[in-house]
Amino acid sequence: MLGRSVGRLMGSARLAAPAGAWIDRSRSVSFTFNGRSLSGFRGDTLASALLANGVRLVGRSFKLHRPRGIWSCGLEEPSALVDVGAGARRTPNVRTTLLPLEDGLVAQSVNCWPGVGFDLGAVTGAFAPLLPAGFYYKTFKWPNWHWFEPAIRRMAGLGQAPTAADADHYEEVAAQTDVLVVGAGVAGLTAAVAAARAGARTMLLARGAQLGGALGWCADPAVSALTQQAGELGVEVHTRTLAFGVYDHNLVCACESLAPEGALDLPACVLRERLWKIRARSVIAAAGAFERPLVFPDNDRPGVMLAGAAMKYAGAFGVACGQRMVIAANSDGAYAAARSLAAAGLEIVAIVDRREGSPAAEGARFRVLTQATLTAVAGTRALRGCTVAHLAAGNVPAAGGERLACDLVLNAGGYAPAVHLHSQAGGRLRWLPESAMFVPDGPAPGVVSVGACAGVFAREAAVSHAAAVGEALARGHTPPAAPVDGGGRSDALTYVAGVPGKQFVDLQNDVTAQDVELAGRESYRSVEHLKRYTTTGMGTDQGKTSNINALILMAGYTGQAPAEVGTTRFRPPFAPVTLGAIAGRRVGELYRPLKRLPAQAWHAAHGARFETFGDWRRPAAYPLPGESLGQAAQREAAMVRARAGLFDGSPLGKLEVFGPDAARFLDHMYVGTMSTLAIGQARYGVLLNENGTLVDDGIVARLSAQHYWVNTTTAGAERTAAAFEEWLQCEFVDFKVLVTPVTSCWSNVTVAGPRAWQWLAACGFDAALAPVTMKHMTLRESAWEGLPLRVLRASFSGELGYEVNLPVDHAEALFTRLWKRAPEFGAVLYGIEALQVMRIEKGYLHIGTDTDGTTLPGDVGFARGIERKLVNFVGRRSLSRPAARDAQRPQLVGLKSVDGRTLLAVGAQIAARPAPTLAEGRVTSSCVSPELGCPVALALLNGGSERLGERVRVHHLAAITEAQVVKTPFVDPAGERVNG
Amino acid sequence: MMQLPCPWCGVRDETEFVCGGTTHLARPGLEASDAEWGHYLFFRDNPKGVHLERWRHSFGCGAWFNLARHTVTHEVLAVYGMTEAPPCSGAA
Repeated sequence: MLGRSVGRLMGSARLAAPAGAWIDRSRSVSFTFNGRSLSGFRGDTLASALLANGVRLVGRSFKLHRPRGIWSCGLEEPSALVDVGAGARRTPNVRTTLLPLEDGLVAQSVNCWPGVGFDLGAVTGAFAPLLPAGFYYKTFKWPNWHWFEPAIRRMAGLGQAPTAADADHYEEVAAQTDVLVVGAGVAGLTAAVAAARAGARTMLLARGAQLGGALGWCADPAVSALTQQAGELGVEVHTRTLAFGVYDHNLVCACESLAPEGALDLPACVLRERLWKIRARSVIAAAGAFERPLVFPDNDRPGVMLAGAAMKYAGAFGVACGQRMVIAANSDGAYAAARSLAAAGLEIVAIVDRREGSPAAEGARFRVLTQATLTAVAGTRALRGCTVAHLAAGNVPAAGGERLACDLVLNAGGYAPAVHLHSQAGGRLRWLPESAMFVPDGPAPGVVSVGACAGVFAREAAVSHAAAVGEALARGHTPPAAPVDGGGRSDALTYVAGVPGKQFVDLQNDVTAQDVELAGRESYRSVEHLKRYTTTGMGTDQGKTSNINALILMAGYTGQAPAEVGTTRFRPPFAPVTLGAIAGRRVGELYRPLKRLPAQAWHAAHGARFETFGDWRRPAAYPLPGESLGQAAQREAAMVRARAGLFDGSPLGKLEVFGPDAARFLDHMYVGTMSTLAIGQARYGVLLNENGTLVDDGIVARLSAQHYWVNTTTAGAERTAAAFEEWLQCEFVDFKVLVTPVTSCWSNVTVAGPRAWQWLAACGFDAALAPVTMKHMTLRESAWEGLPLRVLRASFSGELGYEVNLPVDHAEALFTRLWKRAPEFGAVLYGIEALQVMRIEKGYLHIGTDTDGTTLPGDVGFARGIERKLVNFVGRRSLSRPAARDAQRPQLVGLKSVDGRTLLAVGAQIAARPAPTLAEGRVTSSCVSPELGCPVALALLNGGSERLGERVRVHHLAAITEAQVVKTPFVDPAGERVNG
Repeated sequence: MMQLPCPWCGVRDETEFVCGGTTHLARPGLEASDAEWGHYLFFRDNPKGVHLERWRHSFGCGAWFNLARHTVTHEVLAVYGMTEAPPCSGAA
C-alpha cells in the first residue's frame, strides 16, 4: 500500500513528514537513558524519543516490579517515570511523556536495581499471591514490626530524592482577571475569544507549549484562527502553565514551567518555575477528558497503550508506537484511531470491540470483531501478540480464542471527563450510564465547564456552547447548560471473567480487579475506603486513567450502581507541583527573617557571639579569646555584680498606652493595680489569659495622668499589643484608650552593677538620675546630648540598674560613649547568657520557661493581694476554680543539688521513685552561680511552697541527683543591691 | 484563601487577617458558677451554616470587625462593626 511504504523510515520507529508536527528534524538532540546514549529531535519529549529509538521497557511497577513501558502521551502517565538530573538538580518521578528533550539530558528508570532490564526486585512478582491489596495490614507484625521497617522503607517509593538543597529559583505572582479559561483546546479557545470579544479581561492557561489541546498537532484551521483572534483581542495567554487547584473565592493556582526538569545548570537569574495565584470573577474549565482503558488480563505489559496516545505520538512526534496493532475497543474513538494510524502507514490487525457493534464501524476497511475481548497478552517485555475471544453472557469469553500476532495493543475504552476543577470548587457530578462517565451536574460555584470536561464531545455543539458561556460570563449573565452527549456509547464493565492473569486497574500502584474484589469481600463499602485499602488512585497520577474503572468494579462487587459508589473527594493539586514553586522566594534567609538590633554592627565589632533568641539575633556573650560561651557568661555575670556591665535590651517590648481611660484599662488587663501608680512610679505586672494562665509580664510606668509606658517580654511584644487591641476594640468598647507599639522606635541601653551610676554620670547623664534622687522602680524623662530619654530604674540582674531608652538610631552613639569610659570602672559587656545566670540567681521567673500553659499567678507567688482588687481583670474568674485552689499544684521553688556540684538539667523530672512513675515536678531553669560557686536551679514542684527544706530526687537520663528545696533568691535575699 | 471585606480597606486576601472566632459572646461575670464559666471558656457552637465571627485586619488597618460567613460555601453574607447588631441571625 502506498501509505505504508511512505510512512515508515528505514530501521527506526520514526514516521516521515507530514507526521511529527511538533518536531524539528533539522535539530538533533542527544540524551542518556539508563547510561545509554540516544538521540532525538528538538520538540520531542523524552517518551517520544525513547519510542522512536525502539525503547519499550522503561520502568518497573511499584509493588510487583513488573516490566512497564510508556502508556500514555500526557500527564496521566502512570508507568513511564524517570529520575532526571544529578546532585542538587535531581528531580525524581518525572513523567517522560511531558519532559521536553534537551541536549545532555540524563534520565534513569526508577524502582529497579541494578537496572530496568534485570531487576532484583522482580522477585516480589513471584510472591504476588502473598501481596494482595492491604497485605501490610496483615503481615510484618511478629515478632516486631521494626525488624522489617528498614527494608520496607528502602523498597517504598519510586524515584530517589535529591540529597542537596534545591539550587533553582522560583517566584510567585498574583493576578486578577474577569474570566479565566483553563485549557486551550478548541472549546477553551472559543470561550476565551468570546469572553474577550464581549469586553471581559480574559486569561487563558494551557499546560502544554502549544495551543489546541487534542487538536494541537492537526494543523486545524479553526485552532489557528482562534489563536490569532485571541491575540488580537488581548487575551492574556500563558502556555506551559498548569492550573492545579481552585480554592476559596475563585482563587486558581497554577504552576508555569520556565525551564524543564533536569535541564543543565541555569544561570542564577533564571527561574525554573513560577507560581500563579489568580483571582478570577469567573472560571471556565475546558480541561478535556482522559481516556478510560479496558480491563483485561496482563493489560499492563509494555506495548499496551492508550489509543489517543498512539495517535498523538504519530501526529505530533512522528513516532510509530508499533507497526502491527490490535485495538481493544469500547468506544467509537477506536475507529477514528484506526483510520488515523492506518493513514500514517501502520497496520491495523483487528479492532476488537466489546460492544454489540457501532455505526462508526461502517465502512471501516479493517477486520472488526464485535462482542469480543482480549483474554491474554503475550510478551512480558515486548509485546508479541494477544488472544481474542467472543463474549458470552456475563462477561465470560468463549473457550479457546484466536491468537493474533501484533506488537501494539491500544485501549480505546471511552473517556473520563476531567472534572477535577469543577469538583474542587464544590460542583456536583452525575453518571451517564450509556457512556459510563461522570459529567458535571450543572455549574460549580464560580466554575463553568465546557467541551469534553463537561461531557460535550461533539465538536460543533462544544464550540457553540463554549462561545455562549464565554459571552455570558463576560456580561455577568447565567451561562447556558451544557449539551452533554457523552461521546457515544461505552460499556461500563470491561473486566473479563473466568480467565487467568492479572487484570490491572491502577498501573502505578499495581492494583488489580482482584484487589478491588478483595476489598468488597472484606466488607469495605465506601469508595474512600476502597481507595485507601487497595491504594488505587493514590499514585502520582492520582488515578486519572483508573479511578472510574475502580469504582465501576466496586459497584459490581457490592451490588450498587456506579452513581451510588461515587468518586473519592477531589483535592488539589491536580498534578504534582514542586515544593520549590510553592516556597517561591521564602527560602534560606527569607524562610524565617530574623530581627536585628539597631546597634548590631557595634556589637559585632566588639566581639559579640550572636545567637538566635526567638525572632532576634542577639549577643549571647562577648567571649574573650580562648573563652567558651559558658565561661564568658560566668565572667560577665561576676563582673556585673562586682563592678558594672552594659547590655542591649532593645528587643524588650514597649507600648505607649494613652487616654483618659488608660489607668482603668490597665487595671482591667493586669493582675496588679496600675491606676494607683504615682507619676514617675513603676510597678511589675503580669498578664493572664481568660483561663488564668500567665502569658506575659513586664514593668508598667506612669508618665502622666493619662500616659503609661508599658514593657512586655521580648517574645510577647506583638502578641501583647494585639491582645490590648482586641480587648479595647471588642470588649471595652467605651474606654477611650490608644495603644501604640513603639518597640522599634526606642533602643534600650541597660547599665547594671554597683558602679552603674558613677559610669553614667561620667558620660554626661543628669544628676537628677542619681540613686539618691531617683529611686528604684521609677521612670524619669531626661536628655543626653540633646536626645530625649526615658530612663527606668529597674533590674532583671538584681543589681543597681538603669534602662536607658533613647531614639533607636542613636544607640550606637551611647554604646560608644559608655564603652570609652568602661575601663575606668572595670565594666564589661554582657549578653543573654550572663543575664540568664543573674536572673536565675535572683529567682526571677521567665514566662514560658518557668511557667507553662497551666501556671497561675498563685503558683509563682504573684497572687498576694488579689482579693483586695475590685476590678474584674482578664482571667480573674479562672483563679477561683477548684483546681486553682488545689494545694498540690506545681509551684515555683528553688533547688540546690545536695552535693554542691551537680548541675541539674532543665527538664529533668522530679520523682520519689525511679521510672516508670508519676513525676511530681520538673527543673525549669538551671545554672552555675558564680557568686555562690555552686549550681542553682528553679523548678515547678507539686505543693512546693509547703516543702521548703525537703530533699527531692531529680531524674535525668540514667542518673538520679538529690536536691534540696530552698527559698529564692539565692543571691542578695534581702534585695538591697538594687538600691545602689 | 478567601477574600474578606475589611469595612475600612475593602476586599483583601485572607492572609492579611487574623480570625478571632465566634463573636457576640456573652462573658459571664465573677458571680458565674464554675460550670457557666467553663462553658464560656471551652464550648463553642460549630454550625454547618452561617457563623457570626470576628476578624482583625492585622496586616492592614488593624481594625476588628464582625462577619457573617457560611462555613460550608465560605460565602460572606454580611460585614458589620464590632458594636453593631448582626444583620442576620447566626443560626446553624
